[in-house]
Amino acid sequence: MLKIADKTFRSRLFLGTGKFSSAETLQKTIEASGSEMITVALRRVDLNDPADDIMNVLDREKYLFLPNTSGARDAKEAVRLAKLARAAGSGDWLKLEVTPDPRTLLPDPVETLKATEELVQEGFIVLPYINADPILALRLQDAGAAAVMPLGAPIGTNLGLITKFQVEIIIDQARVPVVVDAGLGSPSDAALAMEIGADAVLVNTAISIAGDPPKMAAAFARAVEAGRDAFEAGLGKKSTEASASSPVTGLDFIKD
Amino acid sequence: MKITCNGETKEITSDTTLVSFIRDMKLNPDTVVAECDGRIIQRAEYDTLILQEGNVLELIRFVGGG
Repeated sequence: MLKIADKTFRSRLFLGTGKFSSAETLQKTIEASGSEMITVALRRVDLNDPADDIMNVLDREKYLFLPNTSGARDAKEAVRLAKLARAAGSGDWLKLEVTPDPRTLLPDPVETLKATEELVQEGFIVLPYINADPILALRLQDAGAAAVMPLGAPIGTNLGLITKFQVEIIIDQARVPVVVDAGLGSPSDAALAMEIGADAVLVNTAISIAGDPPKMAAAFARAVEAGRDAFEAGLGKKSTEASASSPVTGLDFIKD
Repeated sequence: MKITCNGETKEITSDTTLVSFIRDMKLNPDTVVAECDGRIIQRAEYDTLILQEGNVLELIRFVGGG
């Protein structure tokens, strides 16, 4: 079982709740995913649409809430959002996200480290979203991050695990769980992340924009399990030379 | 008297508590977090905090996000 900070998880698929077409679809998708951890964002209430409250459909008892600091452009804004999330009753868990560039939504490593140090001091359980930078991952775990969340590709791109080489180094060095977050576009991407030893994956867009989100969530759940099983079973070494699967002896009878 | 809430000017009576204002906005106080003049207001204070002329209030809540 996966353990992050003091919590254990049966499911290694974490689900983002953004961009769903309806609250009903979101609810069905969460159930189909089997996820025990779901992310949420914080935004100003639209006073003209007061009934649009996601908390009407999310069960805080059933799922661990991981609020994100999406929209924060520096450490100061991220810390402010983190404190608001805590005041909103989500507990101490936090997905730290500092993305100053709206075009790429790539995380700012310096501000992310700074915010992690401050939030750990404040008692938060910090899961920072980072570029797939092995050195930064080490710095963050030294700073007290409960896990690191390197991206597979930029947020919402569905490009898959284009950072595979760097993520492998991060996994190899990590003393905290590694959650591949962002960019995973298909179940096979998630399976690949799990096969190379990721502890979990966080998926949102690929599921929420699917034609049938609950079905896609179930597909991701199976892929994550398959990838994890393959990792635990131990993958064979790759080789550039062929190696016969059938015996190479006992063929005398067909040879002239 | 007037306060600003989420960028909009709102007219309220002088003895309005935060919790009653939130309810007047048809919101659930248990799913809304409030910042008043930049200070986060803890849920336990909602019932006793009386809004003052010129307060800048931000009402924030969870939305779907990744």
